[in-house]
Amino acid sequence: MDTQQQQSAIKGAKVLMVGAGGIGCELLKTLALSGFEDIHIIDMDTIEVSNLNRQFLFRRSHVGQSKAKVARDAVLRFRPHISIRSYHANVKNPEFDVDFFKQFDVILNGLDNLDARRHVNRLCLAADVPLVESGTTGFLGQVTVHVKGKTECYECQTKPAPKTYPVCTITSTPTKFVHCIVWAKELLFAKLFGDKNQDNDLNVRSNNSASSSKETEDVFERAEDEDIEQYGRKIYDHVFGSNIEAALSNEETWKNRRRPRPIYSKDVLPESLIQQNGGSQNCSVADDDSTVSAMPSLGLKNPQELWGLTQNSLVFIEALKLFFAKRKKEIGHLTFDKDDQLAVEFVTAAANIRAESFGIPLHSLFEAKGIAGNIVHAVATTNAIIAGLIVIEAIKVLKKDADKYRMTYCLEHPSRKMLLMPVEPFEPNPSCYVCSKTPLVLEINTQKSKLRDVVDKIVKAKLGMNLPLIMHGASLLYEVGDDLDDIMVANYNANLEKSLSELPSPVINGSSLTVEDLQQELSCKINVKHREEFDEEKEPEGMVLSGWTQAPATNGESASTSNNENVSDVTESSSGPEIASKKRSFSETQPENHKKEAENIESEDEDLMEIENPMIVSKKKKRVE
Amino acid sequence: MDGEELTEQETALYDRQIRVWGAGAQRRLSKSHVLVSGIKGTVAEFCKNIVLAGVGSVTLLDDRFVTSEAFNANFLILPDENAYVGKTVAEVCCDSLKEFNPMVHVSVEKGDLSTLGVEFFNKFDVVIIGYSSRATKKAVNETCRKLTKRVAFYTVDCRGSCGEIFVDLQNYKYAKKNPDETVECELTFSSFEEAVSVPWKPIPRRTAKLYFATRVIELFEETEGRKPGECSVSDLPSVLKLKKELCEGNSVSENHIPDSLLERLVSSNSEFPPACAIIGGILGQEVIKAISGKGEPLKNFFYFDAEDGKGVIEDISKA
Ligand SMILES: [Zn+2]
Repeated sequence: MDTQQQQSAIKGAKVLMVGAGGIGCELLKTLALSGFEDIHIIDMDTIEVSNLNRQFLFRRSHVGQSKAKVARDAVLRFRPHISIRSYHANVKNPEFDVDFFKQFDVILNGLDNLDARRHVNRLCLAADVPLVESGTTGFLGQVTVHVKGKTECYECQTKPAPKTYPVCTITSTPTKFVHCIVWAKELLFAKLFGDKNQDNDLNVRSNNSASSSKETEDVFERAEDEDIEQYGRKIYDHVFGSNIEAALSNEETWKNRRRPRPIYSKDVLPESLIQQNGGSQNCSVADDDSTVSAMPSLGLKNPQELWGLTQNSLVFIEALKLFFAKRKKEIGHLTFDKDDQLAVEFVTAAANIRAESFGIPLHSLFEAKGIAGNIVHAVATTNAIIAGLIVIEAIKVLKKDADKYRMTYCLEHPSRKMLLMPVEPFEPNPSCYVCSKTPLVLEINTQKSKLRDVVDKIVKAKLGMNLPLIMHGASLLYEVGDDLDDIMVANYNANLEKSLSELPSPVINGSSLTVEDLQQELSCKINVKHREEFDEEKEPEGMVLSGWTQAPATNGESASTSNNENVSDVTESSSGPEIASKKRSFSETQPENHKKEAENIESEDEDLMEIENPMIVSKKKKRVE
Repeated sequence: MDGEELTEQETALYDRQIRVWGAGAQRRLSKSHVLVSGIKGTVAEFCKNIVLAGVGSVTLLDDRFVTSEAFNANFLILPDENAYVGKTVAEVCCDSLKEFNPMVHVSVEKGDLSTLGVEFFNKFDVVIIGYSSRATKKAVNETCRKLTKRVAFYTVDCRGSCGEIFVDLQNYKYAKKNPDETVECELTFSSFEEAVSVPWKPIPRRTAKLYFATRVIELFEETEGRKPGECSVSDLPSVLKLKKELCEGNSVSENHIPDSLLERLVSSNSEFPPACAIIGGILGQEVIKAISGKGEPLKNFFYFDAEDGKGVIEDISKA
């Protein structure tokens, strides 16, 4: 590489890194070694033990400290004379506005979630600063370059939505272990320990007197003085026994399905557990919430071990008892967290008992935790490779070598001899609502759907806006901000509860809404189309947003799309994408993208490079048309 | 499985990677012993990767004394004179690597690679030779091949923004995962000597130019008595002359190897850190595969050039 010019471009550059995790640690090191002297780094996370296998700037003694700060200190040890500024903060904070972004020559993303990536993409577009984006999962990774007007933006292509399952698969007819996990985590755990007012599809009514006309009591209600173990057994018998029994009575359901087996605690567990293991009093010494565990008192040590039905049942009762005995205060506010040992134990046990009932293979706590916690596979080597590729692209951006920009895929299996496969970046998508301001179309029942539904399901979940403002013509329907007076807030809150057609300025078929985010400086138009009916299973949100990037490869899942679009969304993360609609769909918990990568692009002609991927070629053509 | 379970501490630390390669592979890693020689930027990256991955032990061999040149692309050497004065590169790197993962035993051995005997290499499962002469690579590879146990042998070099990895796993069996089943596959590797002496004429025209260019530079350094990487632009005329001879000897046209590539190789006297990260990452991945017996290994050369951004596998074996 032409060193003189390159070195001065590097020395004079001011760069912003977003993320100091798996990719971030490697990136900061490689930037410093490459001669960068002015680096800013934002990360809101603190260090955890499971980071230490790859985030090599961190030590055990750093657990709990800010990643950005510790990474900075570690790199300054081997490059003391450069300037690194760390921010222990969320990149979505208002302080990181367009002006903040404008001070940098290039932004480098090492993020772990779609939401933040989209946010940074918009700020980069608004500030007109180039973005180098990256992602890894297992041995797969990719680096892309986004320069306004020259290459596509991060959102020019739709990202695969998190997989959702039909409600009835979760509540009544699971066929895979993941269905049992979703049930245990989002229904049972949420019902027992979460917000009581949250919608929940779990059947809570006692079935004994189902035929009687009298409304029966909620089984989950626990009387003040009710013995915890008795309560646990009652829940157990209800969800694994009588609910299954009740479901079995619907013959139609089981015509072509394997019939589940009801399981009752008395058949699996001894009469009283107190004598068996001494109960829960003497099991946990430390009372730190995250370390309370049901396993030690049951003699269970190895998280990779497969527990049988009895062991799972013991863990179920013991974990439930411990929640009431040691963590009573939290009950009613808990949401599942993969780092909450007791929650993982409870969900593993519940999912396994349900799996047993439905004839689905059981899984170890280690595996169940991975599925329930959406834990992404991560190794140091891929992150190191991707970080190297990011720096190479960043240098090209600084030298304004636009012809040399590449997006690069890091593959697990070679494709046309390549493990690292560079391809030319796409041009901006003219129908992208983010970088090309193309209007979107929203099909919705304007008489039934409330403004709140549009804000939650579309503006926040789909458009990824942080501080939205919604206008209909000259009339302001909704906005958020600190500077609003009480009357305005009351007005907006009232609007949220109104159906679209009842709003002060009625939104009906043919209306056009303007939705803006002032922080992201993004504005887009939504043309409203009234539609009466929606398919509950296929269109669970009760509305359909369309109009961007659906042109290429709309029909079918086409194996080819798995090659280039997926990796970046499931990267290096600890928390998966959120569920759009809690009530009617459940999130996929395991990224499944790393299978098909690029096996379909074998070709004899080795002359072609950069455009060898037929899928990419066809997409490009479509774009240009 | 192999009996011993991972400890609770290991499971917690290696959680994310066990989800990639499984507990069995992690156990095999923790029992493996790796020898690493010649610690510049790329090898430093590699060492970080395998120490993080949790191999049993890493033994470092590099008797050079630390100079300011040594920490060029090597983040294992802190630029604090008090810390490194009078110490060898291996000793300083050892101290840094230990911090990355207390569960890995990192140590230093001294001596000249080419004179170390069979007993020495017998202690290792993996041998990595960084930045060595062609003669040393050949000699160590031959010694490793004489051992009764199979040692995974690698060489690695990075010149500027270009790099080469050579792999010799001898006769190697591995588990290949197909959609429905796992099948056992076997590969036969050529020795270093064999792989660098393959006649050029039958090699497919599309083969990475770096293979040929590296052979030219390697031979130049050997005949001129240079240390690996000790070239400069002033050597270019002699290097081009040698290229001409080699091309003629192999009955291939001279433009088989672009002059511009040779010029880049002789004039880059330091490693380009992003290339180090990439080549050290690929090498780390391959060593993990070889130890765990999981996944198809790279056979038998890998090339990366930051100029075109391609990372290519070439199989150049004796006929
Ligand atoms: Zn766009």
